[in-house]
Amino acid sequence: MKIPFLVLGALVLSVAGANARAAAADFQPAVVYDMGGKFDRSFNQSAYEGAERFKKETGVAYREFEITNAAQREQAIAQLARRGATVIVAVGFTQASAVEKVAKDFPNVKFTLIDAVVDLPNVQSIVFREQESTFLCGMAAALASKSAKVGFVGGMDIPLIRKFALGYREGVKYANPAVEVIENMTGTTPAAWSDPSKGAELAKSQIGRGADVIFHAAGATGTGVMQAAKDAGKLSIGCDSNQNYLQPGSVLTSAVKRVDVAVFNAFKDARAGTWKAGQVSLGLKEDGVDFALDQYNRSLITPAMETRLKQAKADIVSGRIKVSEYK
Amino acid sequence: METYTIIVLLLAATIRVATPLLLAALAGLFSERAGVIDLGLEGKMLGAAFAAAAVSAVTGSVWLGLGAAIATGVALALVIGFACITHRGNQVVAGMAVTIVVSGLAPSLALAWFGLGGQTPQLTNAAQRFTALPWPGAEAARAMPFPGLMYAELLAGHNGVVYLAAALVPLSAWVLYRTRFGLRLRAVGENPHAVESAGIPVNGLRYRALLISGVLCGVAGAYLSTAANAGFVRDMTVGKGYLALAALIFGKWRPVPTLWACLLFAFTDAAAARMQGVALPLAGVVPVQFILALPYILTVLLLAGFVGRATPPKALGVPYTTEK
Repeated sequence: MKIPFLVLGALVLSVAGANARAAAADFQPAVVYDMGGKFDRSFNQSAYEGAERFKKETGVAYREFEITNAAQREQAIAQLARRGATVIVAVGFTQASAVEKVAKDFPNVKFTLIDAVVDLPNVQSIVFREQESTFLCGMAAALASKSAKVGFVGGMDIPLIRKFALGYREGVKYANPAVEVIENMTGTTPAAWSDPSKGAELAKSQIGRGADVIFHAAGATGTGVMQAAKDAGKLSIGCDSNQNYLQPGSVLTSAVKRVDVAVFNAFKDARAGTWKAGQVSLGLKEDGVDFALDQYNRSLITPAMETRLKQAKADIVSGRIKVSEYK
Repeated sequence: METYTIIVLLLAATIRVATPLLLAALAGLFSERAGVIDLGLEGKMLGAAFAAAAVSAVTGSVWLGLGAAIATGVALALVIGFACITHRGNQVVAGMAVTIVVSGLAPSLALAWFGLGGQTPQLTNAAQRFTALPWPGAEAARAMPFPGLMYAELLAGHNGVVYLAAALVPLSAWVLYRTRFGLRLRAVGENPHAVESAGIPVNGLRYRALLISGVLCGVAGAYLSTAANAGFVRDMTVGKGYLALAALIFGKWRPVPTLWACLLFAFTDAAAARMQGVALPLAGVVPVQFILALPYILTVLLLAGFVGRATPPKALGVPYTTEK
């Protein structure tokens, strides 16, 4: 009599297990990070924080993949789709072609693409109007600079980073037309996102040419920029995540891009059934981008600067200031 | 800003960028002169960079970090030695294998120990990094006319590793060409059978060459993570090991020409960083893409035309079987 009981028990257990699996399989969010890794303290980390927040608030686990070379993109996304992911958030403009391809093969899977646009019925494309926040950072840089020279270090030389640079330059000129902007790009390959030595070298060269505030839009390369600025006693401006805490007292502010909110909302909407395909543009008005002000840079932003920045922010939201878009 | 200042700052940057290249190239020099191809330079350097940053972050001492980096470099060199000298494995494969293992292992260990993804914590404390050595009167000299800035930027103002690397060039040349050990080392790379018949163990010499290579790679890695930067990030060597190998070939496996090759690579790199968006006298503003490609274009040109024939050590890459 013992054996049938065991068999029965095993059967019950396996059925229960299958049920549990089925329930879990109902909703499976996934996120694919870009080069630089999820702890780049910048762009990807912001996405990670959004996914973590979702997990904490809903208790739903998510799958993830960190891209370490370009060949993995399509494979990773297709693999997640094949394993039954409900919604896949692909972080970064370089995922666009992979998402386009996989989205066609898996029409029932929802794809949210950040920083690029793919026009398919099951793809939601989220783009940010970064130029609005970099405009404010440019203003802050111009107002804080004593040498009337400020720097910009971009990561990979791509239209997105040119967009950052353009907004920054316009902000600088808006605050003080006499301030000169020195611009550098780190490289033309994805390795440009994770080369802090080169970032530090570029920052040192800009400091050598007289810059005293340097804005980086370079992922993990930016940690080198910020370190070099701190070592030289100059100011830096962080990017994507709020990076004010990285070098307290030496980071003037950060151009925050709420990738975390985008990821969180994509997961949440997909779960609630309100997820919609199409293009979403997030700017200052939608709280998609902003400049960071917290206890770490409180002492660097004077009340006069804060007033001007807040005013400019309101003007951009109301449309009184038009920040050009990079074409 | 006047041309003089730009040139001095450019040369100072060249020195900083050249340091890890030079250390790695010298490491390769010893190993290759003894007949062992050193494609593991990149991996040894990366492993050492991780060890330096990790130990320095935990203990708060850059010197312990340097020690750990050297130990890591040596351990990885011994792995290569065990595979290619003791077991006569393929040297290219062993070197690549070490590089691939380290590029995966270092971020994995970092994740397990520090939970920051493939990174170590930022080294914020001055005692955790090699910082610029205080030279007498450097700050005063900066404000002075002509040679003042050159003194402050080029001679003074670097960290200790930079001076060490510079001192290692004549030292390596002396060891290689003026000592008995150097003579034997070169002989082992050219004609190991002759060395054996003279009653000197070939494999022992090759192991010693790899040990030196490990130590130098250790210093190069420590420079990357604790002097040039403040912490380890994934793949932070970004191909410097291979570039060092190229410099070694440019330098025809000799210390002083290798130094020039490293300085040239570093100069094009530093110049590329500074020429972006600067209007040049004749050409105007050159596109960024061209400037970023410049180091590579220069490399191809040099390799094609100016270097001439580079003859490697004759026994390079050939595992040695003891004659019985």
